Amino acid sequence: MITGAEIMVKCLQAEGVDTVFGYPGATICPFYDALYDSDLHHVLVRQEQNAAHAASGYARARMKPGVCVATSGPGATNLITGIATAHMDSIPMIAITGQVRSDLLGSDSFQEADITGACEPFTKHTYLVKQTEDLPRIFKEAFHIAATGRPGPVLIDIPMDIQTNSIESFEYPETVDIKGYKPNIKGHSVQVKKAAELIKNAKRPIIVSGGGVLSSGAKLKLQKFAENTQIPILSTMMGIGVIPSDHPLYLGMLGTHGRRCANKALHETDLAIVCGARLGDRAIAAPDQMGNTTKIIHIDIDPAEIGKNVKVDIPIVGDMNNVLKNLIDEIGDYKVKDEWDAEIKDLKAHYQNKITTFDGYVEPRTLIGNLSSMLKAKAILCADVGQNQIWCANNFRIREGRFFTTGGMGTMGYSIPAAIGAKLGLKKRDVVVVCGDGSFQMGMNELSTIVQENLNIKIIVMRNYRLGMVRELQDHNYNCRHAATILNDVPDIVALAKAYGIDSAEVSSNEDAEQYINKIVESDKPFVLVCRVHPDTPSIL
Amino acid sequence: MKYTLSILVENQAGVLSKISGMFSRRGFNIDSLAVGVTNDPTVSRITVVTDCDEHMVEQIEKQLNKVIPVIKVRRLVEGEFISRELSLIKVHCPQAKRFEIIKIAEMNHANVVDVSNSTITLEYCETAEKTETLIDLLKPYGIREMVQTGTVAIDKGKAGIRV
Repeated sequence: MITGAEIMVKCLQAEGVDTVFGYPGATICPFYDALYDSDLHHVLVRQEQNAAHAASGYARARMKPGVCVATSGPGATNLITGIATAHMDSIPMIAITGQVRSDLLGSDSFQEADITGACEPFTKHTYLVKQTEDLPRIFKEAFHIAATGRPGPVLIDIPMDIQTNSIESFEYPETVDIKGYKPNIKGHSVQVKKAAELIKNAKRPIIVSGGGVLSSGAKLKLQKFAENTQIPILSTMMGIGVIPSDHPLYLGMLGTHGRRCANKALHETDLAIVCGARLGDRAIAAPDQMGNTTKIIHIDIDPAEIGKNVKVDIPIVGDMNNVLKNLIDEIGDYKVKDEWDAEIKDLKAHYQNKITTFDGYVEPRTLIGNLSSMLKAKAILCADVGQNQIWCANNFRIREGRFFTTGGMGTMGYSIPAAIGAKLGLKKRDVVVVCGDGSFQMGMNELSTIVQENLNIKIIVMRNYRLGMVRELQDHNYNCRHAATILNDVPDIVALAKAYGIDSAEVSSNEDAEQYINKIVESDKPFVLVCRVHPDTPSIL
Repeated sequence: MKYTLSILVENQAGVLSKISGMFSRRGFNIDSLAVGVTNDPTVSRITVVTDCDEHMVEQIEKQLNKVIPVIKVRRLVEGEFISRELSLIKVHCPQAKRFEIIKIAEMNHANVVDVSNSTITLEYCETAEKTETLIDLLKPYGIREMVQTGTVAIDKGKAGIRV
């Protein structure tokens, strides 16, 4: 005989899971009891939302579903923000929640919450398990749904009695059969041919690359496609890292907080080849206008994204790897016209950053610009949300590493737990957090987890005593009325970090900051570097 | 414009809420909705009538296809399908008016299913348009109560939706 809880552990093992992030509680105790005997590594976070963010960081690092666990009621509802973040950012995730006993369901019993109902809008799918026998099938389906097609979170809500009931034996299914779920990964060959023709006839083509290129692992194919054809690349925020930032074909991030040369190029282009990007409102402010002057080829695994925000001339539904491979074959030795190439070079030269500095403060854009060269080539940078995110997105010179941030949901407090997940996923990589003093205070409880797990994560806090991005918004749109955006000078972050047992220092010049960073990257201990930043430092130029 | 969608879904708990939730959170409107099991007991069929433009009905179809228990979605082509809705209409009916109302029912092929001293209840199974016509005819007598199902629809001839 085997209990439901033991089956849950076996299902995770069958899926090759080695790490789960969670927080226990009464209704998930049977699972934790089974976990206690297993070789699965459980990471105890300090708040459930961070279990989901950590699972997200792990998923992005390992390119497979991250797993988070919470108890029923408040544990489950705390997870929601993390689940919703993963959903908006298309991150594969399995969220497991305990639930009150089946016979108590619907009676408003202690710590009961309708979590499958609540998570419906934020998940790819949800399961409320009705009998122990269903567990293996449901886990198999959940991992399949989370990881294939457009990735996303799947929630499995498991009543306590389902975990404690026993069945005869455990058998993990080898295949899944979900009638209504068969993602089209091939990419229609006729559409690819049409796309190739359109590209060959374009005068000023451009590639707009999104997170889909990274999540499908097609980064190198995209680089090859761009290098073969010499078509310049823009990226969305989620697409940062598809190509090294210093690559001659890369123009930077587009959008409201993007680089001017990138937006200008998008304005000039006559053909945008959109790869794995949904072109949300932050990427293209007035998407319905774009289609009128520019032809668009849109490649995405999710048919519902094609034509949703912009009118598309050639839709191609499929996995980016397959489509790009076929497109490379189809397009042969075509190269973009020299005039466009020259125009792009002019654009890049014309819109060089001119950064104003403030004496006695760290200039964050310059610091982040230099950060990459102080880290190993494959370093992972986790940026939080706000000005720090934009500084990173536009200035971090990514090489072979990754840039993790929440571009879709924009959830403050993401960076520290995501870095924990990333570090546990890829232990040899340099993992660096950049956050503001606002976002730091939304995730700082996880300093405990960093210490408990003995993780070498460096945290750079850009401290301006402001909620900088909202304050900037107030400057521009609300007549400089800074309602609720001024933070006071507590806590003393250096003292706080030390209270957690993490070494820390505060700096107020780039020289000092760089000196510290060069020193701390050599150590295998975590570090919190607080950088004093002038409150008037803008997000973009 | 009104569009009629046939949706085959896995016959399991919670599917209807997944679909109706998707409509409401994405701001898609539902004119009518009917659901029932098909000849295959594991599959249910939902008929949705929605009033929107071509772009939006495409979005609805795509978003429906993303709901995991949705097996297939088909937009029925105007003029090429049969649609019906069932109505029970209880009309104020003193004895003096009974003959008149029964005559209206007969002319429209509605059935009289219940009669009392002061009411008469008609059963009517027709398209939404014809139902509206009948209701207009009955209104002057005073409609006491009325209940309708959502529209159900099926393709004419060989065309159709299969798993």
